[in-house]
Amino acid sequence: MQDNLKSSSYQQLEQKSKYTNMFLRWFLYFVLILFASYFIFPLYVMVVTSLKTMEEIRQGTLLSWPSGLNFDSWAVAWGGRGYGAGDTFLKPYFWNSIKMVVPAVFFSTFIGAMTGYVLTKWRFKGDSWVFLFLLFGCFIPFQAILLPMARTLGALGISNSIVGLVLVHTVYGIPFTTLFFRNYYVSVPTELVKAARIDGAGFFKIFFKILLPISAPIIVVTVIWQFTQIWNDFLFGSTFSFGEAAPIQVALNNMVLSSTSVKEYNVDMASAIIAGVPTLIVYVLAGKYFIRGLTSGAVKG
Amino acid sequence: MKTLKIEDLSKNFGSTEVLKKINLEIDEGNFLVLLGPSGCGKSTLLNIIAGLETINEGNVFIDDYNVSKVEPKDRNIAMVFQSYALYPSMNVRENMIFGLKQAKTSKEKIEQQLEKVSKFLQVDQLLERKPSQLSGGQRQRVAIGRALVREPRIFLFDEPLSNLDAKLRVEMRREIKKLHQQLKTTVVYVTHDQTEAMSLGTRIAIMNHGVIQQNDTPENIYNKPSNTFVADFIGSPSMNLIKGSLKESSGEISFTANSSNFEIPVKGYEFKDKSNLNNKEVFFGIRPEHIYFKKSNESDFEVTLRADLSEYIGHEQIMTFDYANQEILAKFPSTIKIELAKETKLYFDLTQISLFDAQTEERI
Repeated sequence: MQDNLKSSSYQQLEQKSKYTNMFLRWFLYFVLILFASYFIFPLYVMVVTSLKTMEEIRQGTLLSWPSGLNFDSWAVAWGGRGYGAGDTFLKPYFWNSIKMVVPAVFFSTFIGAMTGYVLTKWRFKGDSWVFLFLLFGCFIPFQAILLPMARTLGALGISNSIVGLVLVHTVYGIPFTTLFFRNYYVSVPTELVKAARIDGAGFFKIFFKILLPISAPIIVVTVIWQFTQIWNDFLFGSTFSFGEAAPIQVALNNMVLSSTSVKEYNVDMASAIIAGVPTLIVYVLAGKYFIRGLTSGAVKG
Repeated sequence: MKTLKIEDLSKNFGSTEVLKKINLEIDEGNFLVLLGPSGCGKSTLLNIIAGLETINEGNVFIDDYNVSKVEPKDRNIAMVFQSYALYPSMNVRENMIFGLKQAKTSKEKIEQQLEKVSKFLQVDQLLERKPSQLSGGQRQRVAIGRALVREPRIFLFDEPLSNLDAKLRVEMRREIKKLHQQLKTTVVYVTHDQTEAMSLGTRIAIMNHGVIQQNDTPENIYNKPSNTFVADFIGSPSMNLIKGSLKESSGEISFTANSSNFEIPVKGYEFKDKSNLNNKEVFFGIRPEHIYFKKSNESDFEVTLRADLSEYIGHEQIMTFDYANQEILAKFPSTIKIELAKETKLYFDLTQISLFDAQTEERI
């Protein structure tokens, strides 16, 4: 009798927790979908608008579907209309940005890796102070260094050039890249370095043969971070370059703001997407290496 | 010629003195274990021998050649680390020959060495594997192999077994012992595990606070500890140290514990110095395994003690007795039944005792 009572009340409880779980699950999905659409909505508007003609934009609403896949505005954004002066389009600036971002990412990542390696595996007196001062670089508001940097670039004779921008981005990337690599190399057992020293490998050999091959995860993180920072930078680009040496974000701004007569929303949207695509590609390509931990096995038994 | 000689070696990190005037010598073919609690400086000493740490004072000689300022790779040593430190991006073959390649050894010689060592350590089937694909024991073997291919004068081991589980540790311990018996190379081995030290070493140097407390054979370390630290550190449970004083009357020396009148004659004890023994404050040291339940030698001395506590651990039991208000432990086979809270007759093996000065804590 008592057993029956018990089991029936358990059944009730079970039923109740089932409903609670179901409700929570639906609620979770609801919230997730809400937030996701909040993020996706602007992208949707951009893509849809870029595919419309100006006629459609004027007549339709923001959300309305385009009548067809019309890539004309993309072509204009990328290659211009072809009438000489005043025709701004992204193509040359896109390559400017590539020429800036590739060396800047490479040098800042490489130097960061080296610095991180020295700060963890070749400790010296005062190394923690060096690291601390490097960290200040992460917190400096970049507006504060615009003037001295402009003077420096001028003195070096590389103002208003891509080389100048590469230098600026490399220098201000080093605090971040060093931080990443230092924190990664701290977890790599120093015994590896000791073993390599006994085996006769020197400073550079240990770095290139032992540490760099196991640094893939942190290199990916650093490259993504640096690429996004440098590609999306507007402040340094607009301050230290103008005209033909400008990177894409500056060109995008000029393009959108200097449209003479009518605002061509479709071209603006297409341009904005073009300017954002490379970072997306980097995320998609490198994202899968994010998770791979390549040191597993070296550390524990 | 000494294979390794360390002379007045001191080392400090900032204001912390890690090693204080260390002197140490090893003959060819010996297996020296540096044993001590964590933070005693044993690993630092090993790193100094390897050349991975600088020296503040003193010198290190290998084969009578002062290597104090010589690079690790030129010291003719090889080292096996606690974490094995196998290069994660290289396979077993590359790991083992990395050192030889750095030393610009000829291809034929490298292949020859690799084959010899990998067969010897039974890792020849694993050569193409990455360290992450090996088990703990295999990694350990590869790490030893990487040291072996270089045919060094001295092998340095830095707690190589402490990452292994208990069963594998015992196995690998025997393998290292075998390895040493076959190759007869000189070894310096750091550990905090006394069983490892006792079973592997031909000599043991016990360290504490950067000072070598005793450097001796395992037998002497166990039987004739040179101070209370060594007596306490070695043995499980450690040696009973009963506080009391010596009495000398008409040539007979005896020990009396504090707050007791019971005299234990110690006339058979080999004193270092027989003078001024009367009324000396001492520790009377006797190991738990040297307290017997049955009289087995003529010299065994009978005492009657009250049993307070019994700890059963399978093949034996550890009993706690009260000796003039001081706790002492004894170890018996678990077949013996002893009633708690009752006086029991026990026998001290007086040939196995140690006496220490209560002030200096040194053996007398």
